[in-house]
Amino acid sequence: MSTQTSTATARAVALRCSGLVKRFADVTAVNGLDLEVFAGECFGLLGPNGAGKTTTVEILEGLTPSDEGTVELLGRHWTSGDNRALRERIGVQLQETQLAEKVTVEETVRLFRSFYRRGHNVEEVIHTVALEEKRNARVGKLSGGQKQRLAVACALVSDPELLFLDEPTTGLDPQARLSLWDIVEKFRAGGGTILLTTHYMEEAARLCDRVAIMDHGKMIALGTPAELIASLGADQIIEFSVTRELADDPVKRLPAVSHLHKRGDVYALTVSEIGVALPALLAEIERQQSELVTLTTHQATLEDVFVSLTGRMLRDG
Amino acid sequence: MAETTEVFHAKTQKRKEETQTLHPLVELTLMRVREFLREKEAVFWVFIFPVLMTFALGIAFRNTAPDKTLVAIEAGDAKATEIANVLSRSPEISASVLSPDQAAQALRSGKVSIVVKSTNDAFDYRFDPTRPESRSARLLVDDVLQRGKGRTDVVSVGDEKVTEPGARYVDFLVPGLIGMNLMGSGLWGLGFTVVIARSRKLLKRFAATPMRRSHYLLSFMLSRLIFLVLEVAAVIVFAWLVFGFTVRGSWLSVTMMIMLGGFTFSGIGLLVAARPTTIEGVSGLMNFIMLPMWLLSGTFFSSERFPQVLQPFIQALPLTALNNILRALMNEGTSLSTSWLSIAILLFWCVVSFVVALKIFKWQ
Repeated sequence: MSTQTSTATARAVALRCSGLVKRFADVTAVNGLDLEVFAGECFGLLGPNGAGKTTTVEILEGLTPSDEGTVELLGRHWTSGDNRALRERIGVQLQETQLAEKVTVEETVRLFRSFYRRGHNVEEVIHTVALEEKRNARVGKLSGGQKQRLAVACALVSDPELLFLDEPTTGLDPQARLSLWDIVEKFRAGGGTILLTTHYMEEAARLCDRVAIMDHGKMIALGTPAELIASLGADQIIEFSVTRELADDPVKRLPAVSHLHKRGDVYALTVSEIGVALPALLAEIERQQSELVTLTTHQATLEDVFVSLTGRMLRDG
Repeated sequence: MAETTEVFHAKTQKRKEETQTLHPLVELTLMRVREFLREKEAVFWVFIFPVLMTFALGIAFRNTAPDKTLVAIEAGDAKATEIANVLSRSPEISASVLSPDQAAQALRSGKVSIVVKSTNDAFDYRFDPTRPESRSARLLVDDVLQRGKGRTDVVSVGDEKVTEPGARYVDFLVPGLIGMNLMGSGLWGLGFTVVIARSRKLLKRFAATPMRRSHYLLSFMLSRLIFLVLEVAAVIVFAWLVFGFTVRGSWLSVTMMIMLGGFTFSGIGLLVAARPTTIEGVSGLMNFIMLPMWLLSGTFFSSERFPQVLQPFIQALPLTALNNILRALMNEGTSLSTSWLSIAILLFWCVVSFVVALKIFKWQ
């Protein structure tokens, strides 16, 4: 948490939670979580499956009570009584909701619109999510991407101040993912606040102003995507495999290398200057009488941040 | 927090005021209606099936002029044909001469009600006394044969034949089918729809909107009301056209009681659906609740045929109460006040199931 942005204190807070704890029978899903989301930003909760993202979001949405901790959104708290005033101001897309299949796109949006006193008109929202051509199609006939856009339309129809998106692009093809990102960016450009969960690092990197990385119900890093990547102290990752196992220590001591991580027979080296590190690595491999089998390099990503923090890949769960 | 509030306040004012959608209760009810009408199988079970059932049972148990009594005469001597001729003179008997084996077989399988065998100048009747039609065949055949031999009546009698609509099996059946249908569509209609919505996380999604939860549940009542009118009308109109079924009591009372029945079973449906998260779970629960009523509540035959010990339990079942009320209104044409106990039982179930269902209902 050393990566707190310095501008944080000056901005209005749309959502804040502190000391959040949620236990289920056999597992503590959320284990003391503090978050602050500023008005007008897109905030990402990044983490593997089972990290506690969905539970956290559902607590914030007032759908699941927490065991400990406080939640404040848009200056209010969830109460045990009437939360309708607060619900008027937020938009929610849940990870697992399957909308009724026998009704059409327009009928679905119209139904959700009727729950809110104020909001967009139905045509506008259908246009925003680019489903005009499907407006009279039944939900059951939509593709996965179209269904997800409809789910987002139902969240947007109230013209919310705060939008919750729980893994909105999971399981979508790249094209469908891009079109969903467009919708999110438009909402953000219109001044809306977004809390988004994802286990795709490229999604977090593209959409989010700030990202909190979660693992085992806790936040293990927080900052802008650039800050988090910079915190690796490196900007390049070299991944390679060799014929004969290397002794680790000499590799770690090579110039410009900050971190060595081994997964199966693939070595991942975090390096600050690839021009220095790569020749040195090749020389070291030769010195240890091994031979290179594969070698790739890439810019450090949020995935690498997660790997360096936890020793696991995001997708491993 | 002052700053925060200001920011959001500004945004709130920017929102458009619109009235292009209907009241949420209307939209929710429309949704129910659409979902139902677009589910072809549901339409079949709710509308077509009860009509088919009325037709099939009405035909099978129709009270037309009773069929001729079928009699077999065991072929033995020349007298067999003579006996057949005597019996066939009666308009109520159809007699045929069969070999002893064939006759025994026909009796066993119920093709004939009685077998007549002549030995010397006497007659032997072979029949099953536990079969009502065999016993009446015995009386009829004996009468015809004795008269054939010259017996005369000692007093003169006159027959006055009365066949009234309202006392036939189909008249008994229609109110029972309506009751059973109300139970089925109330339980399946609510139970399944709610549990499917819960298992697909749609209930949770609704809970995340400012939708009033009572509106959601009320929409089921309203859509049930619409379909209830149609499904009951389908059966009554069909029975009227085909069997001349008539409702003797007041239509207003009938309508009110059908609504009460519909609401009661909707309430029970809601109660059944209050917790389960899987279709399997709710199906088991529904069968557990409906099976005893299918068997005991007197849909196809009077529940009074069950042993006395069971009666308090049977009479307390909501379907028994509804069937009793509907039969009293439709067949006997009595006023509502005579059915006060059954109405009280139904009201009790209605209120209790709603109250408990709302209390334990889970949105996720």
